[in-house]
Amino acid sequence: MITSIAMRELRSMFLSPLAWSVLAVTQLILAWSFFTQIDFFFNIQPELATLPNAPGVTDLVVMPTFEAAGIILLMVTPLLTMRLISEERRNGSIALLLSSPVSMTQIVLGKFLGIVLFMLIFIIMISMMPLSLLMGTELDLDKLAAGMFALFLLLSAFSSAGLYLSSLTENPVVAAMSTFGLLLLLWIISNNTGDNTAALTQLSLLSHFAPMLRGLIDTADIAYFVLFISTFLLLTIRQMDSQRLQG
Amino acid sequence: MSSQALISVNNLVRYYGDYCAVDNISFELAAGDILGFLGPNGAGKSTTMQMLSGNLAPTEGEIHINGVDLLDKPGAAKAALGYLPEVPPLYKEMSVDEYLRYCAKLRRIKKADTKDAMVLAKQRCGLSDVGKRLIGNLSKGFQQRVGIAQAILHSPQVIILDEPTVGLDPIQIREIRELITELGKSHGIILSTHILPEVESVCNRVQIINEGKLVYASDMKGLLAQQATGKYEISLHRPPSVDEIRATDIIDQVEQLGDNSFIVHISTTADKLADTAVNNNWGLSKLVPHEHSLEQIFVNLALGDGEQL
Repeated sequence: MITSIAMRELRSMFLSPLAWSVLAVTQLILAWSFFTQIDFFFNIQPELATLPNAPGVTDLVVMPTFEAAGIILLMVTPLLTMRLISEERRNGSIALLLSSPVSMTQIVLGKFLGIVLFMLIFIIMISMMPLSLLMGTELDLDKLAAGMFALFLLLSAFSSAGLYLSSLTENPVVAAMSTFGLLLLLWIISNNTGDNTAALTQLSLLSHFAPMLRGLIDTADIAYFVLFISTFLLLTIRQMDSQRLQG
Repeated sequence: MSSQALISVNNLVRYYGDYCAVDNISFELAAGDILGFLGPNGAGKSTTMQMLSGNLAPTEGEIHINGVDLLDKPGAAKAALGYLPEVPPLYKEMSVDEYLRYCAKLRRIKKADTKDAMVLAKQRCGLSDVGKRLIGNLSKGFQQRVGIAQAILHSPQVIILDEPTVGLDPIQIREIRELITELGKSHGIILSTHILPEVESVCNRVQIINEGKLVYASDMKGLLAQQATGKYEISLHRPPSVDEIRATDIIDQVEQLGDNSFIVHISTTADKLADTAVNNNWGLSKLVPHEHSLEQIFVNLALGDGEQL
C-alpha cells in the first residue's frame, strides 16, 4: 500500500515538467562545478605530487561536487515537496486517500518514500559524473560510497521537513517558502561564532553532513538524521490527524 | 443497532470551532436502500457525508459501517465504503485507466480481479472509450463519471455520493440515475443532492437536514401517501358556483383558483370526482392531483415552519 502511494507520487512527478526541469538544471550546474573542480585539480597536480599523503581526486573533485549538490538541493527540495500534501488538499484529491482503507501513517510514509525515490534517482545521476573518472584514474570508492550515503541522508532529511510543512498549508508556495527558510536556517546555524554554540552546532544539518563527506561515518551523525526524519514524519502524521479533527 | 444495517449513525455531532454544523443526527441505512439526503446550502449535508467517509472526525457520536466502528477500526470500515465527494478526487495528470488502477490498489482489490473491476466500472459509467485519455483533458461530466467509477470500483456495500449529477447533461443525468437505481438493488446508497426530482425518481427513502438537525425522515411510500391528501386541481368549461360544488356529496372543501379552476378536497378517490363532474355536466377539462410535493415539504422545512405538515 505504501509503495502504491509512493509509485504514484513518483510517476506524477515525472508526468509534470517539474521533475525533468529540476533534474536537468541541477545536473547542468553540478556538471559545471564538477568541471571547474577537475580543472583546478589539474592545475595543482604538480604541487600535489611533491606532498606526502596528498589528497586525491576523490577529496578534491568528488566531495566538493557532492557538497555543491547538497546546497543546490537545499534550494530545490522545497519546490519538489511543496505540493505533496497541500495540493491534494487544495484540489480535493486527498478525499480519495482518506476514504480508502489506508491509515494516515501509510499515506505519509508513502508520500515520503515517493520523494525519497526521486532523490535516489537524483543521487545516482550526479554520481555518474565522478564514476566516469574511473575510465582514466582510480577513485577511493569507499569514500565515494560514504558521500552518496551522506547525500542520501541529507536529502531524505530535507524531504521530511518539506513534507511536514506541506501538510500545514493549502498553499504550495507558502509551503515551499517556509521549507526553504527552515532548511537554510538549519544549514547556516553552525556558522554562528561566539560562546555556547555547541548546542546550535549539534542542531545544524551541515555539521552532520560535512564529516560524512570526508569519509567519516559516525553513528551520532546517522542518529541525528534518523531522528530528524522520524520527528518530521511523526509531526506530519499528527498534523494530518488533527486536521481530520478540526476540519 | 440492528446487525443488518449497512450504516448506523448514532448521535452524530460536529463542531467547527463554536459553530455547530451537525447537531445530534441519528439514522440507519439498510441494504437495498437509496437514501436521499436533502437540505439547503450550509445545512450540514457535506459535513455529514465527510464524517461518514472518514474524511472528518466527528466531535461526538458513533458511526458503524457494515457493523464495524469507523473510529475504532477505520481500515476495516472503509473497505466497505465508496465515496464521491462534492469535488471528484481526481489526479488530472493521470489517464483514466492509470487512475482507476491506482484506486484499485488503494481499495485492496486483488491484482487478478483488478482488470474485471475496471472494465465493469468503466462500462457502468460510460467510460469504456476514454480509458487512455488524461483526466485533466476530459469534460466536467466525464470527470464526474470517473469520480463515480472510483466510488463503485470495488463494489462496496455502502456508496456515498455527494451531488453525483452536478455538471452532467440531461442524458448523462438519466444514465447516472439508472445506474444508481441499479446499484441500489445490491448496495446501500446515500445520495445528497439539491435536485428534488432526482430524489423523487431514484430514492426509496428521504431525509431532510436543516441547520444541522434532521428535520424530516420518511420512506418514499410515506411521502407518496402524504401527497395523496385528496387535494385535486380541476378545470371546468361550465363552472358552477363554489357553493354548488361544495353541495355535492364527495367534495369537502373548495378553493377557487381562477374563473374556471378550483382546488377541491375530496374524501374518496379521483374517479368519483370525475364521475361527479361528468354527471353534473360541468365540462371537466383537467383533473390533476394537487401534490404536497417534496419541494413543498422542503421549502416549508427550510423556512422553519415544518409544523404545517
